[in-house]
Formats: sequence, structure tokens, C-alpha cells
Amino acid sequence: MSTDTQSSDGDEPLTEAQLQARVEELEDKVATLETDVGDDQKKMTIVATKGSFDMAYPPLILASTAAAFGWEVVVFHTFWGLDILHEDNSKNLQLSAVGNPSMPMPNALAALPGMDRMATKMMQKKIDENGTASIEELIELSLDQGVELQACQMTIELMDYDESEFYDEVTVGVGAATALQHMAESDVQLLI
Amino acid sequence: MSEAFDITETLDVKGASCPMPVVKTKSAIDELAEGEVLEVLATDAGSMSDIDGWAQGTNGVELLDQVEDGDVYRHYVEKTA
Repeated sequence: MSTDTQSSDGDEPLTEAQLQARVEELEDKVATLETDVGDDQKKMTIVATKGSFDMAYPPLILASTAAAFGWEVVVFHTFWGLDILHEDNSKNLQLSAVGNPSMPMPNALAALPGMDRMATKMMQKKIDENGTASIEELIELSLDQGVELQACQMTIELMDYDESEFYDEVTVGVGAATALQHMAESDVQLLI
Repeated sequence: MSEAFDITETLDVKGASCPMPVVKTKSAIDELAEGEVLEVLATDAGSMSDIDGWAQGTNGVELLDQVEDGDVYRHYVEKTA
């Protein structure tokens, strides 16, 4: 019936030392949980699937801005979205004039040869005048801010790209499972 | 314009548009010490809402003031932690 033994069989009232130990144990546990979930570290995963000039902007603008908020950001680039990370192709992305209701021309005209190039030139001019960054600048900016830009391995092979053709620091060798894992852990998931 | 605080650094992002004002502000704040104040000069009209939103959603910064000064938007951000 000693009151200061370490063992506590159910019915015995706990000693002060035991209670103290229990409180410390719980405090440790709470601290661990707070570190795990309570640090309001937000995460975002964007899946970038489009490789046209206009559609390359939203993922990079959102990614770099989210990183400025201190969020952990992953952009998974697949199919045409891969061109955004492709060093040469990213500088030559085209705007589609056909099927674009914002174009001041009918589809029959927009389908003529050279129209995509012209529409892209017009857009590029507007972007320069507006002080909007280039795709290349946004990629550098995103990487500087710690955004992880991932290139889908399956699409790299499908498109016959070589890993060396992508911007340095782009993550290769990842697939859908990696993307899903990030999505499951994220507060924000976007498909663009 | 008289401010009730000392400006430590000034960041000039005039001419740059979204997302540059916010992202550059973040990078500039990273270089400051606690209690120091960054002045941001921007011409992007969206910067009023964006820098406010960024400051509210970011730990360790406080937006002290925003002033529309002709074509230039002035933002004052303190690093609080």
C-alpha cells in the first residue's frame, strides 16, 4: 500500500508525482500535435495540364504568390502543361485564335494560317506594355520562392522529351501517385 | 506625407504587375529584421487589395498603412516577427 510506487493499479489513487508525470506526458503530446497540425502551414497543389500561352500564366502566378504567403506549393505539370517547364518550348508558347470568344475575329478567319502566331504576338505586346512578367521570369520567380515544379515522367516519355531540356531545378521522375499524395495533404488543389 | 514610423527600406516595383508586387515585397521583407519597416512603391492598382490580403494571410508582417499618391500606391509593411 505504499503511496509512492511507480506502478498504479487501477483503483489506487494516483500520487502527486504520478499526476505530475502524467501532466508532463500530456503536455509533450499536445506540443507535438501543435507542431504537426497547428502551425497553420498551408499547402497547395496545382495540376497544370495546358500549354497554350494564356494558360501558362495562371498556375505560375498563383504558385509564386502562394509561396509568398509562406505556403508549401507543388505544381504538377502533365500533358501540354509540360511545355511550360520545357526551356525552349516555354519561350514559344502559342495562343489559339480558334474557339476563343475573346478574339476580335470570327472562327472562320481565326483558322487561317498564321492567325495563332498573330494572336500570340498581339497578346505578347499587351503583356509587355502592361509590365506583366514573361513565363521564363515567372518560372525563375517560382523556383526562387521555393515552389516545387514537377514534370510528369509518363508525359516526358510520351512527348519524347529529354530531362535535360527542362529548366534546372525542375523535379522529374514523378507520377500520378506523387501528385495525389500532395493533393491529399493540401488545403488547396487546382486543376488548370 | 508624414508617417508615424521610420522606413528602413524602400522597394520600387513601379511598372510591374501581378504577381510581382506581392512576391517582391515578400522577398524584401525576408531581408529585414524584426521591427523594421518596408515601403513599397507600386503602380499596379491591384496592389492595394493584394498587399493587404497578403499581409493578412502571412505570419510575421503587419500592414501599417496604404496611401494612394497620384499614380503611385505606397504600402508600409512592418516585419513583426
